[in-house]
Amino acid sequence: MLRFIVGRLAVLIPTFLGVSLIAFSFIRLLPGDPVMLMSGERVMSPERHTELMQQLGLDRPMYIQYFDYLTGLLTGDFGSSIVTKRPVLDDFLQLFPATLELSLCAIIVAIALGIPAGVLAAVKRGTWLDQSLMGVALVGYSMPIFWWGLLLIIFFSGYLGWTPVSGRISLMYFFPQVTGFMLIDSLISGQAGAFKSAVSYLILPTVVLATIPLAVIARQTRSAMLEVLGEDYVRTARAKGLSPFRVIGVHALRNAMIPVITTIGLQVGVLLAGAILTETIFSWPGIGKWMVDSVFKRDYAVVQGGLMLIAAVIMIVNLVVDLLYGWINPRIRH
Amino acid sequence: MSAVQTTTETKTGGSPPSGLSEFWFYFSRNKGAVIGLAFFLVILFVAVFAPFVAPHSPSIQNRELLLLPPVFSEGGSWGHILGTDAVGRDILSRLIYGARFSLFIGLVVVTLSVVSGVLIGLVAGYFRGRVDTAIMRVMDIILAFPSLLLALVLVAVLGPGLLNAMIAISLVNQPHFVRLTRAAVMTEKTKDYVIGSKVAGAGTLRLMFLTILPNCLAPLIVQATLAFSAAILDAAALGFLGMGAQPPTPEWGTMLAEAREFIQRAWWVVTFPGLAILITVLAINLMGDGLRDALDPKLKRS
Amino acid sequence: MSLLEIKNLTVEFQTASGPFRAVDGVSLKVDEGEVLAIVGESGSGKSVSMLAAMGLLPWTAKVTADVLTFNGRDMQSMSDSDRRKIIGKDIAMIFQEPIASLNPCFTVGFQIEEVLRIHTDLSRKARRDRAIELFQSVGIPNPEERLGHFPHQMSGGQCQRVMIATALACNPKLLIADEPTTALDVTIQKQILDLLMKLQAEHGMGLIIITHDMGVVAETADRVIVQYKGRQIESADVLSLFESPKSVYTKALLSALPENAVGGRLPTITEKLTDTEIFAGAVR
Repeated sequence: MLRFIVGRLAVLIPTFLGVSLIAFSFIRLLPGDPVMLMSGERVMSPERHTELMQQLGLDRPMYIQYFDYLTGLLTGDFGSSIVTKRPVLDDFLQLFPATLELSLCAIIVAIALGIPAGVLAAVKRGTWLDQSLMGVALVGYSMPIFWWGLLLIIFFSGYLGWTPVSGRISLMYFFPQVTGFMLIDSLISGQAGAFKSAVSYLILPTVVLATIPLAVIARQTRSAMLEVLGEDYVRTARAKGLSPFRVIGVHALRNAMIPVITTIGLQVGVLLAGAILTETIFSWPGIGKWMVDSVFKRDYAVVQGGLMLIAAVIMIVNLVVDLLYGWINPRIRH
Repeated sequence: MSAVQTTTETKTGGSPPSGLSEFWFYFSRNKGAVIGLAFFLVILFVAVFAPFVAPHSPSIQNRELLLLPPVFSEGGSWGHILGTDAVGRDILSRLIYGARFSLFIGLVVVTLSVVSGVLIGLVAGYFRGRVDTAIMRVMDIILAFPSLLLALVLVAVLGPGLLNAMIAISLVNQPHFVRLTRAAVMTEKTKDYVIGSKVAGAGTLRLMFLTILPNCLAPLIVQATLAFSAAILDAAALGFLGMGAQPPTPEWGTMLAEAREFIQRAWWVVTFPGLAILITVLAINLMGDGLRDALDPKLKRS
Repeated sequence: MSLLEIKNLTVEFQTASGPFRAVDGVSLKVDEGEVLAIVGESGSGKSVSMLAAMGLLPWTAKVTADVLTFNGRDMQSMSDSDRRKIIGKDIAMIFQEPIASLNPCFTVGFQIEEVLRIHTDLSRKARRDRAIELFQSVGIPNPEERLGHFPHQMSGGQCQRVMIATALACNPKLLIADEPTTALDVTIQKQILDLLMKLQAEHGMGLIIITHDMGVVAETADRVIVQYKGRQIESADVLSLFESPKSVYTKALLSALPENAVGGRLPTITEKLTDTEIFAGAVR
């Protein structure tokens, strides 16, 4: 197991270097003068230009610039915003809990509904239940989620007036940020209605963000389950006189989970891509909206730092999924 | 000890079915796939013959009929079946012309990513060693970013627009083809027919393209359909974020972006472009499922 | 009273090209302490008839029988949950592919103790002791350590021993062994067969061995049933079957044994016989 972990970590290092190289090159590939792009100043004298160039280290050879950038990353320096001058890492840490809260809710919904739906479809293979579940899953899988979000807003916020349109919580409530998770913080604050408000703001974005992972997990669970149900050991389990619930829920599901875990891991990228759209639609103050806004504000230092940080999050989650995979699949563990 | 081995009679009913008719047999058993194909053909027809099918021009603004509701809604008229948008353009006509963009985007992206992905994957899977390691690390790096974010940033570098959006989407799609081709090549490479061909003196290029590649096609075709629909979705998402096709292009995602501010007043300007995206993507995905059933010999048994 | 009695068992599967009859009118009886062999080619419906008797076929299969009783109890009218109290406890089954028949995600210890957990009231400690005892009885060395192993860490022969130990966990009255040695090396085949016969004698169980190997039949069985394409061709005790086979198919089957071969070529069966001839010569 230890060798397995070390092996995974060894693969991570070149990926990290490559990702940092992309983030590093990004700002230098942009059309226009990097000095102007990085300083955010539109008009400048040649003296000012040279001064800034030295200040930003852009006059030094490329490999030294990259090395400096890399050492900066390792000491937690992800650059500073051109517009607000705040360190990118601070903004990221400020906004990340909002995205994390939304993404966690979405993936929990997707897993909690997707796996049972997939199992049910596989067990009832070929019946109308299977066909309708998989029909719905395919529609979900094909959904343009930015449109789906707008539709839900039109219906639930506009027509029925049940849920708010944008933001994380009603402005009526104010409480200190402890965990950064609105659901938990509102409970801690003890204000009646705050938690309810947070939930009402969270529901629609969660549904929108969960749609595609839910569909993917349901489809993957069904096909993994179908494969497993034909295996000899499932027949053995039945020949032992185990109840169908135990045969499917313990013997088959445990094996079917192996490919499903991989799929769930791959959803992290899907979730963060989805967060870009979902947060834009619902004005959810997370890193997805932050990145889009920065692209539009031409705050390229933030885009560069954000790229790096988001890729780092994905790499860490992938590592965790790999370890989980090794833990659930004894053939890798031993 | 001995084993009783007997040859069982095999039913011979005429000549074996040709590849295509066998494919159609399995494909047509999946009703969803046939429906998907039918829808896709309709969309294709509409896209190709857009100037003849569309009742109006997609760009002419009728200042007298702003935000006219669709025909089945109160105040609608048969002149504009799906109503008009904020500057009085006919929504149905814009959707019909939009089909051209979506199918074109899908085609270009799939072509670009399949050609580059298969070539790179073939090289990685065939030669292995350091070349393979280097290629796969680069693919890992691309996959370490959320695809839409990378596409968004690439478009920021290249400049917003349809062409750049297509290039960016191809780039983020292509690692899937590399991985798939590489895996398929690695399993095929050790099989006897490849070794046989090698022993018979086939050269490297012949082995790669004529011996191995045709046997890896099934999963690639399925992935290509998925990439086609994913490309349409991604391009629409970029358009929606304002980084894809630019207004007044009647691209569906761009239309949605323009319609956003009328979300509370005119539901139809928001509903129909998204519905068009959903139906197109759904039709292609239905076909993809049918293709997988028809081409994947592992699933064929059942 | 027979342990297992089957009369006129028929199994049909619904397939895309219409119903397919896998088992057609099979009848058999097994008594306590008796060894019955069911012989036939692949596809002759040997395994399907036994799976049908245990109620293990998927719901797409239609099973009918005039009589299907175990220990005097009607298995057809029995509820699923009542049947599950018998399956795995009084009737146990082992299969052809021992490694594939064990769940790769659980230790073999978990898999053997699971049977004890659902069919007995033994405590956790007692279950473990019983599992160790069972492993010893099937000849697995270091049972304490082996219980913590996963199937992929063991050889095919070891896995089949685990399967046998699991099957014997609740002292079944009847053991059905479906091609128990086919997937194993020749030297291991002999060991497993000897083990099965030893355990059968010790426990006085009824044993049904499904095989395509006449050698296995000769070594183990008291009585033999010959099946072809789902139908029963001949049923006889082992000595009379080998000495004076009555049906044309059995004769052909025996003449196909390599030791009876004439010249340098092994005879095959169906190159001489048609289905009509085989079915016409059936002796029930």
